[in-house]
Amino acid sequence: MPYFGSEETVKELKRALSNPNVQADRLRYKNYITKVIRYMTQGLDVSALFMDMVKASAKVDIVQKKLVYLYMCTYASDKPDLALLAINTFRKDCADPNPMVRGLALRNMCNFRMPGMTEYIEQPIVAGLRDKASYVRRVAVLGCAKMHSLQPNTEIDGIIVNELYALLRDPDPVVVVNCLRALEEILKDEGGVVINKPIAHHLLNRMKDLDSWAQSEVLTFLLRYHPRSDDELFDVLSLLHAFLQSAHAHVAVATLRLFLHLASAHPAVQADALLCTSAPLLATCGAASRELRFTGLCHVQQVMRSQPGLFGTHYKCFFCGYSEPTYIKFRKMEILVELVNDENVALVLEELRSYCTDVSPELAQAAIAAIGRIARTYSEKCLDILTGLLALKQDHITSAVIQTFRDLVWFCPQSTAAVCQTVEACVDSPQDSEGKQTLLWLLGEHGEQISSAPYVMEGYIDGLKTELSSAVKMELLTTAVKTFLCRPAETQDMLGRLLHYCIEEESDVCVRDRALLYYRLLQRGVEETRKVVTGPKSDPSMSVLTGRQEEPISQWASTFNTLGLLSGRDLCLQTAVISAADQPSNSTGKELLPDVTLSSPNDTEEEISLSLGPPLSHETFEKMWLDLEILHRQTLGSPRPRTAPDTLQAALQLVKIQTLAFTPGDTVLWKAYIYTRSTGTLILAELLQGDPQAPGSDESLVVSVKQQPVNQHAIRGFASILKSVLQTLNVDSS
Amino acid sequence: MISQIFILSSKGDHLIYKDCILTAGFLCDLMSGLHFIHARQGGLYWVASTKTNPSPFTIIEFLNRLAALTKDYCGSLSEKSVRMNFALIYELLDEMVDFGYIQTTSTDILKNFIQTEAVSSKPFSLFDLSNVGLFGAETQQSKVAPSVAASRPIMSSRGEQGGKNEIFVDVIERLSVVIGSKGVLMKADIHGEIKIKCFLPSCSEMRIGLNEELSIGKSQLKGYSSAVRVDECRFHQAVKLDEFDTFRILKVCPSQGEQTVMQYQLCDELPCAPPFQLFPSVEKDYVNRSVNLSMVLIFLKLRCDLPPKSTALNVSITVPVPKGSTSMSQELSSPDQTAELQPKNKALLWEIPRFPGGAQLSALFKVDVPGLSSASLLEVGPVSMSFELPKQTCTGLQIRFLRLSPTQTGLSQRWVRYVTHSDSYTIRI
Repeated sequence: MPYFGSEETVKELKRALSNPNVQADRLRYKNYITKVIRYMTQGLDVSALFMDMVKASAKVDIVQKKLVYLYMCTYASDKPDLALLAINTFRKDCADPNPMVRGLALRNMCNFRMPGMTEYIEQPIVAGLRDKASYVRRVAVLGCAKMHSLQPNTEIDGIIVNELYALLRDPDPVVVVNCLRALEEILKDEGGVVINKPIAHHLLNRMKDLDSWAQSEVLTFLLRYHPRSDDELFDVLSLLHAFLQSAHAHVAVATLRLFLHLASAHPAVQADALLCTSAPLLATCGAASRELRFTGLCHVQQVMRSQPGLFGTHYKCFFCGYSEPTYIKFRKMEILVELVNDENVALVLEELRSYCTDVSPELAQAAIAAIGRIARTYSEKCLDILTGLLALKQDHITSAVIQTFRDLVWFCPQSTAAVCQTVEACVDSPQDSEGKQTLLWLLGEHGEQISSAPYVMEGYIDGLKTELSSAVKMELLTTAVKTFLCRPAETQDMLGRLLHYCIEEESDVCVRDRALLYYRLLQRGVEETRKVVTGPKSDPSMSVLTGRQEEPISQWASTFNTLGLLSGRDLCLQTAVISAADQPSNSTGKELLPDVTLSSPNDTEEEISLSLGPPLSHETFEKMWLDLEILHRQTLGSPRPRTAPDTLQAALQLVKIQTLAFTPGDTVLWKAYIYTRSTGTLILAELLQGDPQAPGSDESLVVSVKQQPVNQHAIRGFASILKSVLQTLNVDSS
Repeated sequence: MISQIFILSSKGDHLIYKDCILTAGFLCDLMSGLHFIHARQGGLYWVASTKTNPSPFTIIEFLNRLAALTKDYCGSLSEKSVRMNFALIYELLDEMVDFGYIQTTSTDILKNFIQTEAVSSKPFSLFDLSNVGLFGAETQQSKVAPSVAASRPIMSSRGEQGGKNEIFVDVIERLSVVIGSKGVLMKADIHGEIKIKCFLPSCSEMRIGLNEELSIGKSQLKGYSSAVRVDECRFHQAVKLDEFDTFRILKVCPSQGEQTVMQYQLCDELPCAPPFQLFPSVEKDYVNRSVNLSMVLIFLKLRCDLPPKSTALNVSITVPVPKGSTSMSQELSSPDQTAELQPKNKALLWEIPRFPGGAQLSALFKVDVPGLSSASLLEVGPVSMSFELPKQTCTGLQIRFLRLSPTQTGLSQRWVRYVTHSDSYTIRI
């Protein structure tokens, strides 16, 4: 939005720029041009001055030229006719003896976003590729990519592609890397630039000449290269070994990613590489830039999924500094919890204890939760600390401690007695609804061990009228019934009052229904109720002694050193789906999903797993359905299940297949559209029965599958899952 | 691949905006899979947006480098300096990034292309004249460069400081320490770096001599000498290390602007005593038991364990106080110290502008807390401190000599500066 812009300002500038007196005075002229750019940055529309700015570009002064070019690139797409007038100046500059002027003109000319631009820039670009100044060649190489992006749907120019491949041998390192980038853009539809053995070896040998940005980019390109033999593999790795210790964190991490990828069959090499990079990674965790610190911590966390012991001795690096922002502190606490062992537990707990009284309630609660996690292994020490915190009588702390107790009792039943004692002694009750629910749950579940349970509960029942949260009321009902089962004499009266209030006076339907349910259940007799209401008191699947499983490196190596790691898991997938919706072409996903294509050979042996992921809108589905080709068609061998539509939908959801739409009722021609996701691909499918055009569809369902990006293995898995679901449904309904 | 680059002010106004791939139209629809990555430097947000899934390390380091280069070229980083020099920054960006790809960030290459002069935003100040003695005679003071001397644009060859050939070598250490409740050192990390800020238009090789007895790594035995030790160090690409192993000499050809020549760290060990020791005592006191008017008495005795000649500057001590503290009265030992209660952060802040080595200061704070329980005393602590130790390195790393190669004319001035900052200094009570 313009801040103080008005048409007046633009008019005034126009008057000044066309004033011959101003034009004669170089300094004043330049000052006015600077003003125009300043307004442009602030968001004022100064496109009306285009004509005057074109005139100004004819001057010799380079600084002025740069400013005017910036202006023209911004507004060229709005004023294509006028921009054509500037082309002549540009072409003249492209032949200037000064390479800086040549490069500048060429670069800016390529930045123009206009339909007919290609015919004007092609010749200067081709000339630029052979320029003797490396500066111009760099610009020209990227110019090829820009030219291609102007007309994305045209044939790829083979001559230019060959020329670019040849320029990979250029003496200037930036030209080499720019060639890779340009080829990647131009050949996007064919899977990007091809890294074969000569190119890979050439790049490896040039690594030393490149600057750090180029190094990390080349390392990413090299992910595509698969050495033919182990000998070659180890040659490559030993060439790159020095870069693991690079002073630039981004180079070290990019090298590590390449190591993890190339040496996926040699776990010892992977472990060695991780050990080498642990020092630079730790250094980023203490870097001055907070953003870098956060990134480092996220990567440390990922490495720890496979090598929990790698950072064990450095646990003190993950103590929080008091001035650090909370997002860093949260990560550090998560890491600390993972690093706890017999030797450092006392120190770590003391450190975490000091965060519990932090000003920020979120941080304090996270610290308490962290202590709770450690309590699953070292319960005694942690319980002392947690009990001590209850004495502070601060709402947020009490609530968090009680919630921690709930999890502890669930995962670690041997601490129940101690927890019950503490809860009993705790006078202060939590004020927020989450805390209240938790306290009630504890009372209900372990009522027989907490002697004051009925009396605490009575307080809640008396205050029921002022209670706002329906979740608390429901929890209260459950607790009352559970307590009644173990201590009937003390509870009978208050349970009666509670049920009466909830059935007669409560306005919330859910609470009323719950009360009615318990009421009827109690009518069936106490034993019946006990059977229904009581469940296991601790997590039955959990055994305390087994720690967290160490994951194989391949599980996370594909997201290592990508943005996806920082912003959540399914980033790649989302981008793929969206770009697929934007562009009809079939292989755009490849560039976005290098990880998926890399990991696909490994999972052929594995069971295919489907997932739901973010929901697709009807429009997106329709567009993708129309754009994609049918990859697979199969008769499923069973008719459509005669169950209610809800049942079908629920059954498919169970196996992580989402139903988008289907024909209602018992029409002869029946259709359903479904979708699902699996290891980085999106599968769309249509189920069809009774279509006269499709052969074999009158007896049994026919499924047609479309997919983005292609992964035949996933389709086969999907079809077999679908088949078994439908068969099960048919058996059930018959 | 970067789609757009922004520099935003702390309020969120765009100071600089560059659309690298010319998507036409300002912010692309957020739903179209655009990701924003930002770094905060100098009170400004440096933002890049991208549609691909690039390396976060690369983008963040690039943004930091962009901020550093802007600082080099404009002299200082602030909203004002960016606004005044926007043409220069556009010029920089134009050369650094083309079509969303990083081209170069090296000052040596960039200086050939950058033509715009930096506009310095420094106001006229009488302090600048402090170097000039009576009747213009050079005083003793001119042996020391003022602290702002290095914050000027590298290219202002025709500026008022014109043609001053200076080179600054800074040894900066960041200290993070946790001291336990009984005065035991629980954690001590030092992150250090040697930075060069070079204003010489062209510079041939420079030799930086470090302490000869510097040892690197845990394995090396100290022997009886008081060796200076670091756990690990990393060097800039351009540093030649052929004399490092035997003579501890770094050879480097500095390019204009600021660069980090060496980074080192020392974990879990402090070669000297921690600079500050605190002896706290926290007591509960009832003024009037009947109306439940109670207060916490916090008595802090702070000792500075630096050598007597050196001082600590801008020392500030933050002590968390119980929730519900209403007011505070204090007894401080000298008038230049200040103390205030910050109810929002439930903490009290004690500031000491100058703290000489070997000295001991004490302060008594009476904090009124209505309805105090004995558990509330647990809320007092841990104490955190921030300070600056000029002319001091905790590792003991020193620069023995700084030699420019003989071809250099003798006009250039060389400065070596040491400083230790507290990254995080926490003392438990």
